[in-house]
Amino acid sequence: MRLIKQFGIILAVTFIGELLHYIIPLPIPASIYGLVLMLIALKSRLIPLHKVKDAGSFLLEIMPMMFIPATVGLMVSWNSLRSILFPVLIITFITTIVVMAVTGCITQLIIRLEKRNSK
Amino acid sequence: MKDLISNSIYFGFLISIIGYEIGLLLKKKFKKAFFNPLLVSIIFIISFLLIFQIDYESYYNGAKYLSYLLTPATVCLSIPLYQQLTLLKNNYKAILGGIFSGVLTSLTSILILSKMFALTQEQYITLLPKSITTAIGIGVSEELGGIVTLTVATIILTGILGNILAETICKIFRIQEPVAKGVAIGTSSHAIGTAKAMEIGEIEGAMSSLAIAVAGLITVVAASIYANFI
Repeated sequence: MRLIKQFGIILAVTFIGELLHYIIPLPIPASIYGLVLMLIALKSRLIPLHKVKDAGSFLLEIMPMMFIPATVGLMVSWNSLRSILFPVLIITFITTIVVMAVTGCITQLIIRLEKRNSK
Repeated sequence: MKDLISNSIYFGFLISIIGYEIGLLLKKKFKKAFFNPLLVSIIFIISFLLIFQIDYESYYNGAKYLSYLLTPATVCLSIPLYQQLTLLKNNYKAILGGIFSGVLTSLTSILILSKMFALTQEQYITLLPKSITTAIGIGVSEELGGIVTLTVATIILTGILGNILAETICKIFRIQEPVAKGVAIGTSSHAIGTAKAMEIGEIEGAMSSLAIAVAGLITVVAASIYANFI
């Protein structure tokens, strides 16, 4: 019962997220509203961590699997992808590396500058 | 047999789990980044469906229940974030600065490369949201007039690539601070990359989760400006 109760709480927050997505006309998905709401609820102790932790950890652990169905859908969108496959692959490859490197280096630079300043 | 599979509600779910388990086994055995469980399971499932001539709809009929869990799982990304909240407060300038420059780098590099490959405006817009989480990316692509199915494909491709390359890139560019690693992974390769960040460590996972949300929101605004550049 404990796990299903925890799952229930998570679904309740998810549902409120969906509600907000429905009411507010912005291209922000329900999951992001839910994420922020859950964070506020945890911080304000409205929902104590132990009331969602086990079910939450389980969901996070199996999260990569949840992308399988959409990705297998590549077999359907293959025809529209095929004509620009080469540029798409090159662009994806280059930007992923560049963005990861730039973001990481800049974040690290600021962290280290701040550390030095505080000394 | 084919009839049974086509009508079964459980087949799609089951084969997704089997594919992922095979991926985990291969990864354990060969310890190579290429044997990414997600990548292995996708290759396995697509091959299986093609060989036995099962169409995607029959597969998705069962597998969709797995996708349904994605929204509550994304909500749960708040849990690691909550556990690292002090770290977030102490480093908010670095985190926000990093994510902001990452989003601009992403959009600018897509702009330059799209011009180089002489892509149409529609194709360019389709690629713009490729570094952010699927749920927000679909919205951005729709709003600006991209090809949504193609956006989803490139988002997932970016995620898998980020997931596979994360450790190598951090090593090459000497990104050693756990906070910086997490922010880098989440900003460049959203939730699929975050799965890798969580494997690397708790701080990396939490920062990566945060970066998904923040990068997604910045992209919503910035992409609508960048859309006019081609």
